[in-house]
Amino acid sequence: MKLTSKLWIGIGILIVLSPLGLLLPEYFKAGSAWGEWGADEIQKMVGYIPKGLAKLSGLWQAPLPDYVFKGWEEKGLPSLSFAYIISAATGIVVVILVALIIGKFLSKKGD
Amino acid sequence: MHIPDGYLGPGTCGFFYLVMLPIWTFASRIVKKTLKARQVPMLAIGAAFSFVIMMFNVPIPGGSTGHAVGAVLVAILLGPWAACIAVTVALVIQALLFGDGGITVLGANCFNMAFIMPFAGYYIYKMISYNAPVTSKRRVIASGVAGYLGLNLAALFTGIEFGLQPLLHHTAGGQALYSPYGLSVAVPAMVVEHLLLFGWVEALVTALVIKYLQKHSPELLEERQVNNEAHF
Repeated sequence: MKLTSKLWIGIGILIVLSPLGLLLPEYFKAGSAWGEWGADEIQKMVGYIPKGLAKLSGLWQAPLPDYVFKGWEEKGLPSLSFAYIISAATGIVVVILVALIIGKFLSKKGD
Repeated sequence: MHIPDGYLGPGTCGFFYLVMLPIWTFASRIVKKTLKARQVPMLAIGAAFSFVIMMFNVPIPGGSTGHAVGAVLVAILLGPWAACIAVTVALVIQALLFGDGGITVLGANCFNMAFIMPFAGYYIYKMISYNAPVTSKRRVIASGVAGYLGLNLAALFTGIEFGLQPLLHHTAGGQALYSPYGLSVAVPAMVVEHLLLFGWVEALVTALVIKYLQKHSPELLEERQVNNEAHF
């Protein structure tokens, strides 16, 4: 098998395993990454929501916020894991397409 | 390490876009000169790997989470300029589709994870593995050390960017306008968690893949990666 095929399979395995990145923090009761808190968390931590932060934080509405379908946030871990895998697969497909297009523009033709 | 929108003030956001603009331009030029058509799939695999490895959040029990970035591994295999482009693609898609990292702060996030990390890691790897045979153990160790230090340097810069905000922007009453913690809190918080845990994850991931490639495709590890004649 060609190396690239093996590496693509590797990426596929990582997509299937990706919910570990959701389940392990849950299991070990770990919260947000440092500096990636929601406004309500900051309110609790420092007693106020910084004004500029409040204004800018809602600037962009991502279609799959935090790798979950909108409205699924309160569902159980199996649903969240499913959404996580779909998010990983979707993201990878888009990343690959963009990288291939950029690569096509930047690479030398013919070799 | 994905700074969200609202954590950095407009000045910092603009500054890092301005810094990244020539880096992206230069990266495109370098890659255009060196990337061969058949290496394009590797660029895509590199971007995809970086994207998905960042989804593996590693917990500090009862504390925060963090993750590997994969930027050093991509830099070792494709060179730092191609790695800069690959990780930038991953970060842009993460921000746009998943709100992981903000839009206004994309320049800063790319500076930390798509510039500092692959470049620092790449040259650390080069230094430690200097003159080592392609299949030597020293290369595996070099890649692990480079991954560890690369991620930690990225974390250090992220901590500094966070920590400068209350100095740069605050109300007359002293309330922060953006990220609320100063340098003395933000830098140690970012650096210590990466030194203690997340850096080791990056080191392990980087070294394991290099070890695998030594066995299955050692030509990928030969010098002048973007110019070599290896067929993928």
